[in-house]
Amino acid sequence: MNTPAAAAPLTAQAYKSDYKPIWCPGCGDYSVLSSFTKAFAKLQLRPENIAVVSGIGCSSRIPAYTNCYGFHGVHGRSLAAAAGLKLARPDLTVVVASGDGDGYSIGGNHFLHACRRNVDLTYVVMDNHVYGMTKGQPSPTTEPDWDSKLSPGGTGLRTFNPLVIALAAGANFIARAFAGDPNGTAEVIAEAIRTPGFSFVEILSPCVTFRPEQREWKQLVRPAPVTSTEDAARAARRIMTDDGMNIGVLYKADRKPYQPPMGKGKKHPSDLEAEFAL
Amino acid sequence: MSTKKSSKKATKSSRKPRTKPAAKKTVVKAQRAPAPKRVAAKAAGKATVASAADFMAHAYAMEAEAAERYAEFADSMEVHNNREVAELFRKLSRIEQRHADQIMEQMGWKQSPATSANVRWEGAEGPETADPTELHYLMQPYHALQIALHNERRARDFFAQLAKATKDKGVRAGALEMQEEEAEHVRLIEEWLKRTPKPDANWQTDQDPPVLSD
Repeated sequence: MNTPAAAAPLTAQAYKSDYKPIWCPGCGDYSVLSSFTKAFAKLQLRPENIAVVSGIGCSSRIPAYTNCYGFHGVHGRSLAAAAGLKLARPDLTVVVASGDGDGYSIGGNHFLHACRRNVDLTYVVMDNHVYGMTKGQPSPTTEPDWDSKLSPGGTGLRTFNPLVIALAAGANFIARAFAGDPNGTAEVIAEAIRTPGFSFVEILSPCVTFRPEQREWKQLVRPAPVTSTEDAARAARRIMTDDGMNIGVLYKADRKPYQPPMGKGKKHPSDLEAEFAL
Repeated sequence: MSTKKSSKKATKSSRKPRTKPAAKKTVVKAQRAPAPKRVAAKAAGKATVASAADFMAHAYAMEAEAAERYAEFADSMEVHNNREVAELFRKLSRIEQRHADQIMEQMGWKQSPATSANVRWEGAEGPETADPTELHYLMQPYHALQIALHNERRARDFFAQLAKATKDKGVRAGALEMQEEEAEHVRLIEEWLKRTPKPDANWQTDQDPPVLSD
């Protein structure tokens, strides 16, 4: 995390670009964008000291809507790009945006190893239990009985539990938030950024176009009844037994982030070029 | 504690530009004070608004958050070529922002005293902030006004509950006046809705829908 700005306080608006989001009206991702900018303002980070990295999907459009540095990369590979950036530029605050398809399916393997490596990143996954951009296919978090024209009768497949996976794989900070609570979500994102190591924030972000029933989430979410724990076994029990609607910081440890020593074994770009020459 | 004419009231009176008649100006007792660094108070019901300045900080946060949300709605509607509704939301945003600015001016604050990020409401957001999941790309002005009406009603109820819960006389006086004003806005929007064409039953029908799986 970079140091706070010394100049005049920045407002959330200061982190927004001039591009208007093209998400569907009612999409939860609007509120997540608002939470990003509020969190940055809360921490008073300079926009030029933040990099927002993403993959592919509706949620991955976020970098364009901020005026921070951005990288809209390859499907499922946002964490690889972000880890490389953070290791090369540890002075930057690197926030990664993804969705449940991009992050848990196409990028599932990167997710596991990003948790394990514990590079100082904040990984925000906007989970709407569907592939929205490609017109509504089931994703890893789609309920097995979700019936649609593209999955008649439902997939019958067990859903992926990203928080448990993150915990088992070694994430240092795990939280769940809800897009309909943009202020609370901003606080969670700010805390995730402040916490060294790999911070994983899953945000329930309704897709009102393909999953209109997710409008009901606002009646179902609730603050987690207990405070966060640093005991992984206790966190695992909590996460595995809740109904997926408890929001808040669920696990927070103090594992040392991975950061190789800088400047050792550094090669000149021309050496690298020669090494990879065909 | 000094007494000033409430610019919020003045703004609120101009809240409904074209179709709403102007509401009378009223007075809110508010203390000119430095901006509180953090307003930790909860919203109505379990209100712990400590002073008139805290009360105005809440009012400011409420207006600013509502303005931001209406601006997001306007952007969204513009992107989806629903210009009539975009214009309506843009207007609502400007009005709410003007209220927020006038509170700043009235209180003599140089910086925002509180934002939605440091005021915690009982619900997830301020009582005048619209629910984003209510939007639809084919919505009509009637729907937008219904959203505005809902927000004004919540704002009215918020101030009513706050007035009931607080022990501070200045806060109570301010809250009661705000309640009265919001109640007036409710009536005005109800009137406006009566003059606005009601969408037919098939307003959501799109002959060339973007969603193919339905």
